[in-house]
Amino acid sequence: MRLKTFLLNLIKGKRILEHGVQIHTEEVVQQGDSLESQLNEFEKTRNELEIAKKQLIQLEKMASLGELTAGIAHEIQNPLNFVNNFSEVNAELIDEMQQEIDKGNFEEAKAIACAIKENQQKINQHGKRADSIVKNMLLHSRDNSSEMQPTDINALADEYLRLSYHGLRAKDKTFNSAMMTNLDSNLPKVNVIPQDFGRVLLNLFNNAFYAVHQKQKTADANYKPEVSVTTSLENGQIIIMVKDNGSGIPENIKDKIMQPFFTTKPTGEGTGLGLSLSYDMVVKGHGGNIDIKTKEGEYTQFIITIPI
Amino acid sequence: MKILVVDDEADVQPLFIQRFRKEIRSGEFDFAFSLSGEDALEYLEKNHSEVVLILSDINMPGMTGIELLSRIRHTYEKPPPVVMMITAYGDEENRRQAMQNGANEFLTKPLDFTLLKEKLKTFVE
Repeated sequence: MRLKTFLLNLIKGKRILEHGVQIHTEEVVQQGDSLESQLNEFEKTRNELEIAKKQLIQLEKMASLGELTAGIAHEIQNPLNFVNNFSEVNAELIDEMQQEIDKGNFEEAKAIACAIKENQQKINQHGKRADSIVKNMLLHSRDNSSEMQPTDINALADEYLRLSYHGLRAKDKTFNSAMMTNLDSNLPKVNVIPQDFGRVLLNLFNNAFYAVHQKQKTADANYKPEVSVTTSLENGQIIIMVKDNGSGIPENIKDKIMQPFFTTKPTGEGTGLGLSLSYDMVVKGHGGNIDIKTKEGEYTQFIITIPI
Repeated sequence: MKILVVDDEADVQPLFIQRFRKEIRSGEFDFAFSLSGEDALEYLEKNHSEVVLILSDINMPGMTGIELLSRIRHTYEKPPPVVMMITAYGDEENRRQAMQNGANEFLTKPLDFTLLKEKLKTFVE
């Protein structure tokens, strides 16, 4: 009897144990399943975020391209004006030169030939100017990441300053500002991704012109808006300074301006990505640095340093 | 006749000199150039009695062509110089602003010099 009870208890105990193990295993399997689904969920969210980030970068590119378009129209009309007119002048001059040759006035013919040659150089120079603007516009809109190449920072700075200025002028007729360039002609070419770097400069110029325009709205008539770009070579580094005498950055937001989506512009006017992308491109993309000096109501100066 | 050309593009100077080489040679026209609205006002202050006609770009850094035009209209009443605006933006808004501020003509870039010469000759007569 005792043995029977013992055996029964043993069997009962075994069942309980088995059942317990079974429950335990099921729980572990269940937990494992939910972990896996959580992981999948996480992976999916991460992919979505990655896609959203790419879309935002593209959006920012297109937004700054939109700001460029009007500037581009103006910047192409000007070189075209020279290409068309100097080539027409040359056609006339060639006729005149032939007439002088027929008359035997070779000295005069030689003088005309010199003028034709000079005009030809102007045509070439302005043709290249238009070409470079179109090429940069195309580079600007492309989504692919590109390679570093030796780049003339002065030319890039000058071109984007003008594009930014004319873009804003075309959008808002009340906007105006003086622009100054102090470009160090001894600057060596430096390895950068030209379209990325161009976009950084464009962002800084757009911000600078925006700041002087904001100040102009409240300042007295004596206020003279001015945006300048200065390049120099110091201790093996290229320094690009973009300075405006605009509204300045208040101390309490100075730390935030490089953060993604931070903008002081009214809703719909700024993506809040310009400076954060610029920071990424300079620091991560080119191993450089961006510093800010500013005084509220007086000036803002962005200083980019990049190693050669 | 003295013509003042105001444009921030430096190559406008050789272009005008070449385009009007015959008129310059014959003494019909005489050109002066300024690279900004501010420069133009300074030039006019010293030489305004000589300048009969002003050709000005609109989109210039600093003082715009429209501001220059309005300053000229307020400062130099007798005799009022002829002012023609030349711009790469040929839109209605620009034209309206130019005309409202007292421009005599509104021309667009790329500049048609045959047309410009015709216009200049009608104003000379």
